[in-house]
This record gives sequence, structure tokens and C-alpha cells, in this order.
Amino acid sequence: MTDTSAYEGMIAETITVQGDGGDRIYAYLARPLGEGPFPAMLLLHHIPGWDEWYKEAARRYAHHGYVTISPDLYCRDGHGEPEDVAAKVRAEGGAPDDRVVGDADGCIAFLRSLPYVTGKVGVMGTCSGGRHSFLVGCRSREGVDAVVDCWGGNVVMPPENLSERQPVAPIDYTADLNAPLLGLFGENDFSPTPEQVAEHEAALQREGKDYEFHMYPNAGHGFFYYNYPQAYAAEAAVDGWQKIWDFLDRHLG
Amino acid sequence: MCTMIAEKVQIAGSGKSRDRWFPIAQTYVSFDHPFHLQREHALNLDFVNEALGTGARVAVELTPEDARELATTILRLLDEGAEVEAG
Repeated sequence: MTDTSAYEGMIAETITVQGDGGDRIYAYLARPLGEGPFPAMLLLHHIPGWDEWYKEAARRYAHHGYVTISPDLYCRDGHGEPEDVAAKVRAEGGAPDDRVVGDADGCIAFLRSLPYVTGKVGVMGTCSGGRHSFLVGCRSREGVDAVVDCWGGNVVMPPENLSERQPVAPIDYTADLNAPLLGLFGENDFSPTPEQVAEHEAALQREGKDYEFHMYPNAGHGFFYYNYPQAYAAEAAVDGWQKIWDFLDRHLG
Repeated sequence: MCTMIAEKVQIAGSGKSRDRWFPIAQTYVSFDHPFHLQREHALNLDFVNEALGTGARVAVELTPEDARELATTILRLLDEGAEVEAG
């Protein structure tokens, strides 16, 4: 809720943080001004890389009262325009799952070390970032308090798609999920398909996990991306963001 | 990456990116989300030289239909060229 009489401000800047294996990686930190303490969010970027959308999203979370960090998961793969780096990573088979989880753990530890953070940390991502968010919810040593998976593809993976970088299908870690999960999906998506989402949901039910999935009609992959007119689905995006704020308020507030 | 359909091919050639020519050393071929083309999936070609940094890249994103037609045309012209070279 915005109060027109309230003072508002934020700091948003590039920092370095200790990632997997002790590597120093770049991250974008956006935080509300004030003593706090504030809950925190970790944003894991999508296939197109550490791009403008993610930095805007970080500032949006900060506007909603979350100290938010978005690490450059491709930091070791080079620097330049995000899509140039992303094209390289795609050809190499994507960021290794173990490295992403290690980078996420570094960010979570950093967030919890800040004097203005409550200690509650959620993780959110879209596309490959949604898949990575679920993995972090299952495998993080630091642990998270809420997971938001937006149309994460390849949670369900046929054996022939497993690789050195993605050696285990995330769905196989479902038993280890230790935080509430919010999933937002589009009915017209090819990855994940509605059938794959249903398979994941069945696994969550079998394991007795705390989750809520929402499947939007007339939406496909990437329906939050206003900069991709073909993908953007305004009605689903507006409702999806509201579901995120409600979910995080319940679990991190 | 969402489709997991991506390969890297080592090649030798030349490409023009922005305002300069550079030697191409690799091509990334993928059937995946394009960065710019307004399609869920596209046949993406990235002609790059990894030794020159990530900016050494010529990117092309094609609809699957056009990519097939282009591939057929390339193969046909290569056959014609081989006949010319064979005399």
C-alpha cells in the first residue's frame, strides 16, 4: 500500500558478493531506505541473462519493502551486452545447477548478514530462474522461507535431457523442498507444458508439500515480459504480481 | 535452454558485427526462445569468436519455416558451386 504522505527512497547498485566456490560475482542490490528490518528476496535471472528486466524487478521488490539481490549467474562466462553473454551460455548448455545453487547460497548468507534484514529470505525467478528457484528451495544449505517459480521449464526432464551441468531433474528433489512454493504458469506454454506442471503438482501432493499453483488461460511463456509483446499477457501479469505480493506477505512479512 | 536444443559448431569464416569484420571461430545453433523475434521459439544462429569477447557476435533469429527454406537453399547453392568448381 502506498501512502502519499510517507517518505520513500531506495538505493540500487551493483555490488560483488561471494558465490559458489568463494568466487566473487556481480550482483544488483536494491533496498528500501530506512532502518528496517526488511524481509529479503533473491531474484534468479532467466535465460536471456542478467538484463534490464531483472534490475527493474529488483527495484520493484525494493519498492514493495524487500531488500533484493539479483546475482549475475553468468558472471564467470564473460561480460558485455546481456544477450551476447546469454547466447554463449546457452550454447554451452546453460549455467551448471550446482554453481547456481552455490551462488544462491552466497547471496542468501549475504542478505542474512545485513543489519536491516529480518532474516526472512524468499527466492523468485522466471523461465530458467523459476527452475533454479525451485532447486534452491530444495537444495540450499542456507535455506529459504518462500519460493516463487514463474513458468520454470525443465523441472520435469526426460533422462535424455540430463547433462553434466543439469544432472538431476529438479522434480526428483521435491521431497527436499523446505519452504512454501508459489507457481505461476501459462496454459499455452511449451516449457513447462500444462502436463509437466500437473506432474510436478502430483509430486508435491505426494510429498505433502505446502504449495499453490496457478495456471492462466490465454498466457504462454514469459507472460510478465512487457518488453516482449508476443509473450506479455496483461491480465495474467497483473493477477500474477498480486499473487506474489500476497504470498510473500504471508510467508516473509 | 528451455528446449535444451543447442549446439556449438567450430567453424572458420568471417562475419560483420556492428562496424567491423572479424574472424568467426564458432557458431551457436539453437532452437529456443529468440531474444528479438516475436516467436516463442526460433532457429537461432550466433556467429561468434569466443577469443575476441562476447561482443564478437552476429546474431540471426529465423522462424522454423524460413530456417528450413534457407538450409535447403544453402545446400542447393553449395551443390551448384561444387559443380562450377569441378569444371
